[in-house]
Amino acid sequence: MTDLLAARTQMAMSLGFHIIFAALGIAMPAMIATAEWRWLRKGDRDALALAQRWSKGTAVLFAVGAVSGTVLSFELGLLWPAFMERAGPLIGPLFALEGFAFFTEAIFLGIYVYGWSRISPWMHFVSGLAVAASGIASAWFVVTANAWMNAPIGLGPEGGPSAQFDPLAPLRHPVAWHETGHMLLAAFAATGFLVAGIHAWALLRDPRSGFHRLALMIALAVGGVPALLQPLSGDLIARTVADHQPAKLAAMEALFQTERGADFIVGGIADTETRTVSYAVRIPKGLSLLLHGDPRAEVTGLDRFPREDWPPVTVVHMAFQLMVACGLLMTTVAVWSGWRALRGWRIEDDRRLLYAFILTAPLGFVAIEAGWVVTEVGRQPWIIDHVMRTSEAVTPMPGLWIPMVTFSILYVMLAGVVCWAMWRHIAATAGPLSPASLKEPVS
Amino acid sequence: MGALELFLGASLVGALTFYLLTGGADFGAGVWSLFAFGRNAQKQRALIDHAIGPIWEANHVWLIVAVTILFTAFPPAFAVIATGLHIPLSVMLLGIVLRGTAFAVRTHDITSQTDGSSTTPVIWRYVFAGSSVITPALLGVNLGAVASGRLTEVSSTASFTDRFIAPWLAPFPLSVGILTIVLVAYLAAVYLLVEAHDPDLRTLFTRRAMISCGAVVLAAAVALWQARRGAPEIYAGLRHTVMGPLAVAVAFGLHLGAFVALWNARAWAARWCAVTGAVVMLWGWALSQFPFLVEPHLTISNAAPPPTLHVLALSLLLGSMVLFPLLYYLYRIFKGRVLPGG
Ligand code: HDD
Ligand code: HEM
Ligand code: HEM
Repeated sequence: MTDLLAARTQMAMSLGFHIIFAALGIAMPAMIATAEWRWLRKGDRDALALAQRWSKGTAVLFAVGAVSGTVLSFELGLLWPAFMERAGPLIGPLFALEGFAFFTEAIFLGIYVYGWSRISPWMHFVSGLAVAASGIASAWFVVTANAWMNAPIGLGPEGGPSAQFDPLAPLRHPVAWHETGHMLLAAFAATGFLVAGIHAWALLRDPRSGFHRLALMIALAVGGVPALLQPLSGDLIARTVADHQPAKLAAMEALFQTERGADFIVGGIADTETRTVSYAVRIPKGLSLLLHGDPRAEVTGLDRFPREDWPPVTVVHMAFQLMVACGLLMTTVAVWSGWRALRGWRIEDDRRLLYAFILTAPLGFVAIEAGWVVTEVGRQPWIIDHVMRTSEAVTPMPGLWIPMVTFSILYVMLAGVVCWAMWRHIAATAGPLSPASLKEPVS
Repeated sequence: MGALELFLGASLVGALTFYLLTGGADFGAGVWSLFAFGRNAQKQRALIDHAIGPIWEANHVWLIVAVTILFTAFPPAFAVIATGLHIPLSVMLLGIVLRGTAFAVRTHDITSQTDGSSTTPVIWRYVFAGSSVITPALLGVNLGAVASGRLTEVSSTASFTDRFIAPWLAPFPLSVGILTIVLVAYLAAVYLLVEAHDPDLRTLFTRRAMISCGAVVLAAAVALWQARRGAPEIYAGLRHTVMGPLAVAVAFGLHLGAFVALWNARAWAARWCAVTGAVVMLWGWALSQFPFLVEPHLTISNAAPPPTLHVLALSLLLGSMVLFPLLYYLYRIFKGRVLPGG
């Protein structure tokens, strides 16, 4: 394994690990706050129990999210020092803003998790909202930094910062808006579906539990609406990719030849040697129509780019298909539940739907991982699109497979530990709830 | 060198100072959990969990702020540090991850109680304690290596050892590592003795604070002695300027004061002396290194272009106007009894 590949693998591992906790950290506070709101307004004890259970479990996730994020802040330099040297002045301020979001998040998290019986219920509720808002803000800043890597601005002719660049300009870039919006929807959809799946499983065992019914409703509200919107947001983001990174788009679609009236290719395995896609279903002129609203529009293919500038087509294409497939399945389940709700039927009475929740529970996270593979692998061989190559950025330190293997082992172990810790929480709520475990809020 | 560079350099040291006094002490509390055995072991652990639980994540962010200031304002220094110190920084990160995870898994377990009991496997206690020792040690080693002046852009033809091992695996950085462990343990003991309700624990932590106070003075003397060879520029700064010997003398006086205060059971005075003593040590180092970020090539003039510095300085200023009141609020809720005037 070359050092470059080891560094890329370590980065991918660390980010792929962190994003799970980040997504949960963005959406869980909103769900907890919803439950707490219900307790405050209706005095519903189930809602209070739910808010407390969720927040106790989420506290572990937050801690792991915080430490894995710290690793990332250093890894940017440990693995890609030349990249940080060049990009630091341009995207550093975004990370600084993110730092403040982390601060507010961590402060209010401490207050929220430990403060149930120390501050007034309303202040407590407001702290929960502050945690949720800071999570959203940190996602916004860091995804904007990533959008800058995809569509860099503010660089002068020598590749350094141009004379009058504005470090806040990346925040106004359309690519950043679309990426952030898509990521936030993804976080809510993925978390909502995961939690819905868990409580659907509990409801199958104990169909009359008010606690789990409430949990399911909140999870569906928080996850379902974003799942409906996600394909639309995905279409928007695809159009900006077509404008700014045509090579990435061509790889996503496995479009080897520039074409008028390009087909939309569903599934299939792309072969870069023969430049063909086998076993695919083709929707005639679908791609031109989706991207440009015109079935005869031209779509740039990989043939317009030198071979050494192609991203790994097979991986990017597969990852893209996987994300879209997950997204469509989740949308279907969201529509199904919405339809039942509109008819005035109780969602939890439909056992087939409960099974569907369980089956779709992991899909949002699968889609998040796949989507980031599309974004990041699709940008290769560039670390800053068309400005700096990943191979130019990697640290000169040899033997990078050693930290890569070490961190991989660490993350695999941590993943196991977190699953075990979560399982203890879930298993405890699946049984009868003891009211004695509630922390009494001050009145 | 402009005012912005100066301000941002000071903010960097400022963030490290807050990290040492808050996040560092959280690690120090973990160090003491290594010694929690015997009759009131569970009480000791409960005190430690209780003390750091609500605040450690916020305290930890100071480190992230410091790193962010470094790579935003002084990218060349960050690149040199992150390249040459790849190994000790990676080990420090392992420590950070393990400490945080072990603590969270144990204290947020479904069975965990406020009296410090839970049915999680005991291994988490050891992981927590062990990583609480490793992390500050490596933090100190890294800072020592930065100060040592060996961490320059060694030519890319130099051997692996010269580039990636020698800068930190040397007596001076190691002595700073040891100094950091005892310093954070000392701070933690001084904080914990104020927070303990139980008279037994209070006596215990008073004794520990006194021992670690002595250890700090000793470790600092060793580090200073090692600096003669290991960090000549720093040593010169501490010996041959007016401020240098003054800082050393003041730090020594403050720790002596803390010891006397501990002896006389003046917990508050001890706390103030210990904290200011630690601050003087950190700033004494920073000032003797000034204006270098990485001795002896990169100074704070090797900075990002002005627009970046402007935005960064402004966001630090505005950010802290929001942040400090919020931090105060957090501390007042959980530490109200042990805050000044509380
Ligand atoms: C719940 C998760 C989820 C779901 C259901 C979808 N996506 Fe997605 N997608 C992501 C989660 C995600 C992501 C992981 O969050 C990415 C990676 C970078 C980003 O900002 O969002 C992403 C990136 C991403 C990109 C690449 C953007 C870039 O390279 O800058 C495109 C073109 C799409 N998505 C398109 C879609 C389409 C057409 C979907 C149709 C259903 C879809 N996504 C569903
Ligand atoms: C958390 C969600 C993210 C995931 C799952 C993710 C995933 C990945 C993957 C799979 C790679 C390896 C690509 C390859 O080498 O083929 C990678 C590389 C990288 N990512 Fe991300 N990424 C995420 C977010 C970000 C963000 C927000 C940034 C920056 C602000 C970023 C910066 C980088 C850098 C610097 C590299 C290494 C250079 C490169 O391969 O281009 N990533 N990431
Ligand atoms: C290169 C990429 C990234 C870096 C350097 C990074 C860095 C960090 C750091 C240092 C923390 C810890 C904050 C604390 O102590 O509270 C953190 C947490 C967090 N990060 Fe990231 N992050 C990256 C990618 C992402 C992405 C892509 C997202 C979201 C879309 C994200 C969202 C969050 C959130 C919401 C938290 C809060 C803590 C939690 O929820 O567990 N981060 N990140």
